[in-house]
Amino acid sequence: MILVALIVILLAGGLLAWVLERWGAHWARWTAVVALGIDLILGLLLWVQHQGRVGLVEPGAWLAAVQWPWIPQFGISVHLAIDGLSLLLVLLTFFLGLMAVAGSWSEVQTRVGFFHFNLLWVLAGIVGVFLALDLFLFYFFWEMMLVPMYLIIAIWGHENRVYAAVKFFIFTQASGLLMLLAILGLFFIHHQHTGVYTFDYTQLLGTPLGPPTSPWLMLGFFVAFAVKLPMVPLHTWLPDAHTEAPTAGSVILAGLLLKTGAYGLLRFVVPLFPEEAWMFAPAAMALGVVGILYGAVLAFAQTDLKRLVAYTSVSHMGFVLLGVFAWNELALQGAVLEIICHGLSTGGLFMLVGALQERLHTRDLRRLGGLWSTVPRLGGIGMVLAMASLGLPGLGNFVAEFLVLVGAFRASPWLTVIAALGLVLATAYALRFIQHTFHGPSTEGWCVPDLSTRDIAAMAAMIVVLVWLGLYPQAVIDVAGPTLGTLQQLADQLGMPER
Amino acid sequence: MATVDVLGLLPLLTVAATGLVVLLAVAVRRHHGGVAALTWIGLAGALASLAAASSVVPSQITALFILDGYGLFYMALLIGASLAVAALAYGYLEEREDNPEEFYILLLSATLGALVLVMSRHFAALFLGLELLSVSLYALIAYQGTEEGALEAGLKYLILAAASSAFLLFGMALIYAELGTLEFDRMALGLVAQDEARHVFVLTGLALIVVGIGFKLAVAPFHLWTPDVYQGAPAPVTAFVATVSKGSVVALLLRFFFQAGVYPYDSVVVAFGLIAVASMFVGNLLALWQDNVKRLLAYSSIAHLGYLLVALVAGGPRAVEAATFYLVAYMVTTLGAFGVVTVVSEKDHDAEALEAYRGLFWRRPWLAVILTAALLSLAGIPLTAGFVGKFYVLAAGIESSLWLLVILLVINSAISVFYYLRLLVVIYSLLPEEEIRQVAGTAPSFSRMGHLALAMLLVLLVWLGVYPTPLVHTIRLTVGSLW
Repeated sequence: MILVALIVILLAGGLLAWVLERWGAHWARWTAVVALGIDLILGLLLWVQHQGRVGLVEPGAWLAAVQWPWIPQFGISVHLAIDGLSLLLVLLTFFLGLMAVAGSWSEVQTRVGFFHFNLLWVLAGIVGVFLALDLFLFYFFWEMMLVPMYLIIAIWGHENRVYAAVKFFIFTQASGLLMLLAILGLFFIHHQHTGVYTFDYTQLLGTPLGPPTSPWLMLGFFVAFAVKLPMVPLHTWLPDAHTEAPTAGSVILAGLLLKTGAYGLLRFVVPLFPEEAWMFAPAAMALGVVGILYGAVLAFAQTDLKRLVAYTSVSHMGFVLLGVFAWNELALQGAVLEIICHGLSTGGLFMLVGALQERLHTRDLRRLGGLWSTVPRLGGIGMVLAMASLGLPGLGNFVAEFLVLVGAFRASPWLTVIAALGLVLATAYALRFIQHTFHGPSTEGWCVPDLSTRDIAAMAAMIVVLVWLGLYPQAVIDVAGPTLGTLQQLADQLGMPER
Repeated sequence: MATVDVLGLLPLLTVAATGLVVLLAVAVRRHHGGVAALTWIGLAGALASLAAASSVVPSQITALFILDGYGLFYMALLIGASLAVAALAYGYLEEREDNPEEFYILLLSATLGALVLVMSRHFAALFLGLELLSVSLYALIAYQGTEEGALEAGLKYLILAAASSAFLLFGMALIYAELGTLEFDRMALGLVAQDEARHVFVLTGLALIVVGIGFKLAVAPFHLWTPDVYQGAPAPVTAFVATVSKGSVVALLLRFFFQAGVYPYDSVVVAFGLIAVASMFVGNLLALWQDNVKRLLAYSSIAHLGYLLVALVAGGPRAVEAATFYLVAYMVTTLGAFGVVTVVSEKDHDAEALEAYRGLFWRRPWLAVILTAALLSLAGIPLTAGFVGKFYVLAAGIESSLWLLVILLVINSAISVFYYLRLLVVIYSLLPEEEIRQVAGTAPSFSRMGHLALAMLLVLLVWLGVYPTPLVHTIRLTVGSLW
């Protein structure tokens, strides 16, 4: 029941925010804060309840689950369940949701109620994606994220918003339909073998598949997730969407929407199609490495701050792809940590850039400079976040990327060597970002207010979590352990050599 | 004629009687509200009479008609849609027509024709129904004869519909010449006994019938009339053409396809496959260039019939289910979309230009929400009926391993998103505050019935998208009688 509540609170909160707007914009904002706050507390309660047990449950078991029939004629049910991995991502969703509300507090001034309605509905879709265990329901939520996000970009975005919003929508919609085809293919193959019509994940697991269909089905899923992730060369929607979206939109896109792709790989592609995924792994790892380098090089060349941060996402998500398909314990742990840390650090960076844009009305790196003396607090926080992004030890991202590289080295030393270059490039773009924004001469003589207490509080919360993950990542690794253990077991069951 | 037969024909009789009563009422005294109310009551009565008729299911009534679960379902659908059109038309006609009463008479006779099509099991009934529908539509399409494009649309429809009827008749004649029967069941017996290759008459006849039906469904390459007629006709009539007229022909097509035993004919199936592909591409690609909302919806409807035909090509019981569900979703959605067009239209011209919808969400949020839901449903996004419909069609296609067709469908779906989004962007584009107030002041009035109809359509649209179980169940129960 608690799982349903998590989603319903967001949906209801969205409607309420829209209605309460007539009493004033702050009502809408506070409604969103309250809805997300309640959800965050519920999520944390769930964690505390299962504290101690969470890392010990046998692989494949759920901390909480609920299942009701929905369209029984097709074997479709409302099946929600949560395990360690989902729990982490759901908590991340609520946390970043709060940050997004904080980040748009002063930026969004028009149609505030409708804005928060869309915001909460995107988040509801994302939570649904992380909890759904029925493939039809999963697809339902997958597409449900799309429309409100589209509206957020198209209504509250920057200059070129319509183009970016439409591109985002079409990329995800088209790839999503391929996934739907794959889902249906799997559904009918399962029916041929067992005579049972079902979309239930737990039943579809272990469906005996075989060529020639199965690699295509795997690719159907993979493409949908690779577009969201995004994987080069399917990433072209991302720089546009991230750049044109309002701050809250960018935070959610980078922090959460991309993670649904990574989650999909971990939850669906690998467990449903282990053999096909194994065959495909070298190609996927190579594409991951290409993404790491490509994203980093392009980030270095950007003059638009938001575009710069957007390309760093491409680079970091390359590490996730590499980690997932390196497919051993360390790499998987690294991938999960990277998902969380990248969400926090990039979310923070987008809020920072949003704050700059709000003050300076430009994101052009060439016009910035020398801001440290004017806005020292902004500069300090920017520094920490940039360090997180480049993978400085002591912050979560370092642990994540280190684990991925160590894991991947066993699978493919050469690819790992090349991927490690990404860390060097990351240093280059992160330092360039800091130098051109905060150091050097102030060409335009900016004189603007520094961060408000609210912004400081939000940023500080993110940095605290990043430091905590950097110093004690074991907490997260334990929680995700059983889920990753299942993946590890798959590799063992198939008699695959330890990589 | 036995009581059973009368009971079975009750829906037809009710609609026909309502038409006559309205006709007489108009002769005595012209009163728009009264006539509209009579029409609504009559159609509601026809809907209720389905319950009575269901007590004699299944039964064959004379050689011409058959009443089965399948027919009941489609009749309910079509009468419901007519009711929605009648409700939407009231406000529309109230503010612009001097003599709006005849509209309802024509609407009723067109509906009668549609119902006859659904019940027909005989070429004669088929032709009667089709002509009743078409002739009423000629007049309906040109109803506002003084407006630009109305007469053109009416004439275009008249000429092309007459030509397609000729094709249809010739096809029927050829089949009769070969098989010696006009009844679907007996045709099936005749067809089974035949060897496909040797029977040029039958194949030619079927091809001609496909042309005739293709015209009515407005599928490529028989779609050329569609955009002009959609644009020239008054908005409620466009809604009628897009839903009731096409829906009744789909009902007939499915019955003919399966009951007359046409489906084993590979060449016919391939023909429909090609038509489906052509319709999807023609509809979606041409819709990309439209700046006129009515034309855009016209092209989109061409594409949607293409999607529906994919289900038909898939064959088997799932095909009929999928096609039926898709049709229901399509009709609800299309009625919603044209309903909004009807209501947004101003006194002197219909709301066709994209500009008429700029910032609609900030001016009239309630209408914009309905239009948004309708557009998302047409695009097949979850939470709407259109998504479940598309899902159903894809499922039918994949079950029959029509991978090429379903992948083309997916590609087309992606293309279509582009033009639906274009309209959505316009609806949500921000307007300066003062402009909103200014426009809100001149908002045209519209009737309570129209409001009610739109509200019900929105509820249906979302309900079918979120909880389609009851409808799926009903469809399984009823369309099974086709086998």
